[in-house]
Amino acid sequence: MIRSFFSLKWLYRLSSPKLFYSISGKAIPWLLSVSVALLTLGLFWGLLVAPPDARQGDSFRIIYIHVPSSFLALAGYYFMAVAGAVGLVWRTKLSFWFMKSAASIGASMTFLALFTGAIWGRPSWGTYWVWDARVTSMLILLFLYLGVMAMIRAFDNKEYGQKNGAILALVGTVNVPIIYKSVDWWHTLHQPATLKLTSESTIHIDMLQPLLVMILGFYLFYALTICLFLRAEILYHEQATSWVKDLCARRQEKSG
Amino acid sequence: MARSTFEATIAPLVFMCMGVSLIPLALPPGAASHGSIAPGIVWIMVLLASLMSLERIFTFDYEDGSLEQLLISPQLLTQPIFGKLVAHWVMTGVPMALASPIMAFVLSLPADGYIPMILSIVIGSAYLSLAGSVCASLTVSLGRGSFLLPITVIPLYMPIIIFGTATIDFAISGMDWLFPLAVMGTFLCLATAICPIAVAAIFRYTILF
Repeated sequence: MIRSFFSLKWLYRLSSPKLFYSISGKAIPWLLSVSVALLTLGLFWGLLVAPPDARQGDSFRIIYIHVPSSFLALAGYYFMAVAGAVGLVWRTKLSFWFMKSAASIGASMTFLALFTGAIWGRPSWGTYWVWDARVTSMLILLFLYLGVMAMIRAFDNKEYGQKNGAILALVGTVNVPIIYKSVDWWHTLHQPATLKLTSESTIHIDMLQPLLVMILGFYLFYALTICLFLRAEILYHEQATSWVKDLCARRQEKSG
Repeated sequence: MARSTFEATIAPLVFMCMGVSLIPLALPPGAASHGSIAPGIVWIMVLLASLMSLERIFTFDYEDGSLEQLLISPQLLTQPIFGKLVAHWVMTGVPMALASPIMAFVLSLPADGYIPMILSIVIGSAYLSLAGSVCASLTVSLGRGSFLLPITVIPLYMPIIIFGTATIDFAISGMDWLFPLAVMGTFLCLATAICPIAVAAIFRYTILF
């Protein structure tokens, strides 16, 4: 059992669009219910139960959207680049489609992080937008995402576009550590990271717990949207295959 | 040959100097002679001039078929590509570094900033050629004037403009400017190791399909 796990055969099998379609179809109700439950719990806990901040009052509560979306904006870039690399090496179609979905979702997460940051900046910094190191580098991250998205769609030959997008995503990974570390390297307006894996977090435990719930909820929501996007990609690219035609026929029968 | 030398070397320089002459017109009176904006302006001009010349690295070879000849030749593809990139840097980056004191002078950069500026442009423009070549090779089959090249290349230029301006700023304010210059050197080393191989791989994917 363990040996077969490490031989990665299960991963190869999962990269078959048909199998992924059926497995993700079963996973979606679970992902949906758990992520909605976590997000509701986290929002309720964070917005109503957690104590207000000593200096920022209630305006700090946007952290419960801002931080998880920033997390996923950065992590999502790696998901996208790794999927692209897997596609280049093992030539699996599914990983390119994953990359394409992750690019769109990552770009939206980056936009959300920038947008909530701007809203938060108004009460705490006195302005919606500053050319601070972290803000600027997040904007660059958004441009990286948009570049990959444009590259994937720019070629008539879809395979060219996907490969080129994957290479661009991989080259762009140089910037991600810069963005992540920008708050420590440049002491501009944005505060340093509050959550740390290696040392004690600089946030009170009552505020931290709902934040962790929100982060987990966002990750599950991300997985959910990836599944939904990927299923759409699979149906679009595999529309000529027999199993998709069967699926459509069965759907039509059901709906009468 | 004469025409292509002009387009490759002189045109970016002319572009750079003309661009600088627009800055004092756009800023409030007196702001341009302050000196503190000089590092940023010089670096933005270097970046734009380099962006302008990027398309030329591979387009002609792609159009007249010599890129395909390189692909089927027995030697490693990375060698001629690396040679082309070095040539591109010598033709665009080095002249820009040599011409930059003129721009810095009209923007009244303090005297301490000149040597760091030239060094940072020499190192930084080599990185710009290398990193830009990746995007240039990705978009070469889209033809000239593709909007994708600037969109994809500008995020990759981000580290260089940060540390390039930091080098000059540090020198002006009397701090140790070798630190940001060393960071630029690190980026250059990484790019030298990765970019020629990446470009060769891209051409194998997209041309010898």
